[in-house]
Amino acid sequence: MKYSIAIYGGPYSHQATHSAWHFTRAVLKRGHTIERVFFYHDGVYNASALTAPPQDEQNLPLKWQQLAEDNDFELTVCIAAAVRRGILDENEAQRYSKPAANLEQGYQLSGLGQLVDAGLTSDRLISFGP
Amino acid sequence: MSDILIIFRKPPAGTSWAREAMDLALVGAAFGQQVSLLFMGDGVFQLTQNQQPDVIGQKGTQAMMQALPMYDIDQVFVHQDSMDTRGMSPDNLNISCQAIDSKALPGLLQQHKQVFNF
Repeated sequence: MKYSIAIYGGPYSHQATHSAWHFTRAVLKRGHTIERVFFYHDGVYNASALTAPPQDEQNLPLKWQQLAEDNDFELTVCIAAAVRRGILDENEAQRYSKPAANLEQGYQLSGLGQLVDAGLTSDRLISFGP
Repeated sequence: MSDILIIFRKPPAGTSWAREAMDLALVGAAFGQQVSLLFMGDGVFQLTQNQQPDVIGQKGTQAMMQALPMYDIDQVFVHQDSMDTRGMSPDNLNISCQAIDSKALPGLLQQHKQVFNF
């Protein structure tokens, strides 16, 4: 079965993204595929390359990056939700004349339509929120 | 069967849930999906008239709600029990809604292929 995941919770504030990561790994272990993980609302903070947790805590942006790379699925971040929260790729940093971009590698900014699309093209869309 | 049901359960102020849920409704409609809305729990407060979100530095969702007909979103439901327990009446809401009671909720959910819960 083809799954997509929506995450509305930020890392280190809510369990949402931890649970989503474990669920995603379980789905893959069962032989299903993940099409897209979509980050919306405070979930966009999962895509920050500047996340610097203490060494004895998990680095969630990198855990998602690794899982996506190993299993060939998209990490898509809502551009409107991200930009207003200060998560910018190179293009947006230039567009808004900001001193730096901070979107983690392996993630891409895209429109909210990608969440609607994930619902249409996947057999299941599972959301994780605070 | 409609395509998408978006459930609004949070109050209008305090968080960006109302606004970002409404964004998804409009984008869904713009993508050609048939979108319905359901306000329940504290989400019914999003329907109160004469809100002044600008006073607390917020934009609110009133303008977006007025634009719903332009997006062909005409299926707007409000949970009757949620309004009753909050002393609200379907007669004085900022947009016209169809009141729905608890017994009818499961049917409404089943009528939609996808449900987004905010």
